Amino acid sequence: MAASRRRSTKAQTDTAPAQAVSSEELLHYYREMLLIRRFEEKAGQLYGMGLIGGFCHLYIGQEAVVVGVQAALKQGDTVITSYRDHGHMLACGMEAKGVMAELTGRIGGYSKGKGGSMHMFSREKNFYGGHGIVGGQVPLGTGLAFAHKYLNDGGVSAVYCGDGAINQGQVYESFNMAALWKLPVLFVIENNKYAMGTSQERASAGELHQRGAAYGIPGYQVNGMDVLEVKEAADKWVNYIREGNGPVILEMKTYRYRGHSMSDPAKYRTKEEVEKMRSESDPIDQLKSKLLAGGHADEDKLKEIDRAVKAIVTESAEFAQQSPEPDPSELWTDILVET
Amino acid sequence: MPIEVLMPALSPTMTEGKLAKWVKKEGDTVKSGDVLAEIETDKATMEVEAVDEGRVGKILVPEGTDNVAVNTPIAVLLEEGEDESALSKGGNAPAVAAPANAAPASEETKAAPSAVQAPAPAPTVPAAPASAPDSDEDKFFAKTVKKTVREALRDAMAEEMRRDEKVFVMGEEVAQYQGAYKVTQGLLQEFGERRVIDTPITEIGFAGLGVGASFKGLKPIVEFMTFNFAMQAIDHIINSAAKTLYMSGGQMGSPIVFRGPNGAAARVAAQHSQCYASWYAHCPGLKVVSPWSAADAKGLLKAAIRDPNPVVFLENEILYGQSFEVPEDEEFVLPIGKAKIERAGKDVTITAFSIMVGHALAAAEELAKEGIDAEVINLRTIRPLDTATIVNSVKKTNRLVSVEEGWPFAGIGSEMCALMMEQAFDYLDAPVARVAGLDVPMPYAANLEKLALPQVADIVKAAKQACYR
Repeated sequence: MAASRRRSTKAQTDTAPAQAVSSEELLHYYREMLLIRRFEEKAGQLYGMGLIGGFCHLYIGQEAVVVGVQAALKQGDTVITSYRDHGHMLACGMEAKGVMAELTGRIGGYSKGKGGSMHMFSREKNFYGGHGIVGGQVPLGTGLAFAHKYLNDGGVSAVYCGDGAINQGQVYESFNMAALWKLPVLFVIENNKYAMGTSQERASAGELHQRGAAYGIPGYQVNGMDVLEVKEAADKWVNYIREGNGPVILEMKTYRYRGHSMSDPAKYRTKEEVEKMRSESDPIDQLKSKLLAGGHADEDKLKEIDRAVKAIVTESAEFAQQSPEPDPSELWTDILVET
Repeated sequence: MPIEVLMPALSPTMTEGKLAKWVKKEGDTVKSGDVLAEIETDKATMEVEAVDEGRVGKILVPEGTDNVAVNTPIAVLLEEGEDESALSKGGNAPAVAAPANAAPASEETKAAPSAVQAPAPAPTVPAAPASAPDSDEDKFFAKTVKKTVREALRDAMAEEMRRDEKVFVMGEEVAQYQGAYKVTQGLLQEFGERRVIDTPITEIGFAGLGVGASFKGLKPIVEFMTFNFAMQAIDHIINSAAKTLYMSGGQMGSPIVFRGPNGAAARVAAQHSQCYASWYAHCPGLKVVSPWSAADAKGLLKAAIRDPNPVVFLENEILYGQSFEVPEDEEFVLPIGKAKIERAGKDVTITAFSIMVGHALAAAEELAKEGIDAEVINLRTIRPLDTATIVNSVKKTNRLVSVEEGWPFAGIGSEMCALMMEQAFDYLDAPVARVAGLDVPMPYAANLEKLALPQVADIVKAAKQACYR
């Protein structure tokens, strides 16, 4: 049954959504994607200066996915992802300063410098991490969906994972329970084609969006390089989920320009492949063209947004260096809730 | 102002590298994202992308240079409208000011995002866990009723589910089947399928799901049919439940109970007979409880459900059918972190938990016949360990025998030895003795299984040795 429901959501995107979506919304997506891009570039730079340590996985190239999906969520919905998480935090409305200061391991970071790039959370913004074990966030996010249903709060859980995580067994344990109990969960597979250095072709049999078919979970492939196509698909399926129909899988075809982490030279793909994606499919450039062609904004307006975004990122980098390191006493806090 | 481009660190371990190749030359325009140069790190050759826009004004380190230290200026970028004359002005602003140890300033602390709280004062040296409040359990024993451990566990869950709508129980066969060991008997009938949930056989899945639900404020009781199967789920017990409070800087904890039978049952062989006490007790962020009597089971499980932290609750299948006096009062709750002296004595201290408490008490009776007065401590909680009660006892008896069903290597007995070295060395009159399961996978044959598990006679022998008798 599920196989017959396979359907591409690509069709009308070039014309229909551009008309349906207001200029204000389009500019919002542009700003959000640009903020993530500039933030990540700055994070890469600070890493290069030794200010950020350990693992640091940048989201550059994938911005349309999280910005499009978040645009379809409502206040009270919950979000969880893996360790390539900076973009998700910014899209959830978490402050760039707090995220950057966490990357530099300072007290002003969201986890007081104790979590780092892979482990940040915000109860206020309903962002539940930031998880470092590949696939681990999928049952956790299914549990958030369970809580939405148990509490009958009308919320939806958005669970992001990559094309690498999709081969972990616990993902299928989660699919099974989510379908069995009709939990309000949107599984977003961010397929950037490479699980670290292993391409999808070398790691995954079959189509990823069909991975829920045996459980009767509808699954669709979406052009994850186009924020409007992402938004359109997310809108449709988040509503379907919110109406109590159970989980949906959206496979976002996307691409990361940088290595898996900062120390990955990305020799497993050609420069031409990366260059082709950047020049032909960049999510920010595509939206910029649409904004200009559709008369939603002029160059001056976009430059103004660029400057505003740059100011936020510069401020976050300054804050991230000025905020003190955590006091040694922080070693011993937050291990247990005191009773 | 011209921008200095610094030699980047491109891996967590890189301190210097080779500037292999300049992709951009002096005079070239640069957009953010353009590849500037190729650099050989200790691991690989990497491309360096520009972050800022401008024109390459001057290359400071020629290509082919080895051993360029991280953060050395390697080029200068001119911004829009600047020409080469700007290069001579000096005082180039580095792309980002070098970090070093930025001086903590109170103004900056105030500028922290609202989501982040100022650090709370905390001890500057590692401290032993604060001692739990003394148990006020005696007063509750004025009025008791005889119950099996199984019934006591069920009553604890039922009472806490009546008390708090956020408590629910999930696991394999907990609902319609009434519990694989009948521990959840009657709960489905009283609380319905919303709160008593049969799961598929999917340990890592439902353990992770439970932890996720707890992040959102629910209070799951996750039953493992036995803890042997929780090895499938241990990633979520430790990486997700135990560590998230710390990783989130205190924002998000996991109020969850993982419970089920632990250790050897009878004749179920190696894969179904293992004690996990030392595995879980190793991990900060978890509490680990292991009751012996029905009163322990009830009072401690209620405490575990009320606790805002993840609690691993290790039961014992053989004990499920044993009966003990249990206080009738629903407010009977035992403190986690407090051991109980089950039998006072002056000659030797015997520590034990779970089913081994019964063995230790039986051993004490045997020892009494030979004139040795043993003190038996029921640990009740493994983490945080009630070190004060143990140390105080040894100060009196000067001898310690640790009893556990699990393997000896890095076991709870090993921890007892370390505790004695650190806190009671001068009080010891004999080496600490460890009575533990033998260092072998559990055999099936009845005679071998018996040999592999600590018996009363083993405890008697160890205690006599400690007393040089």
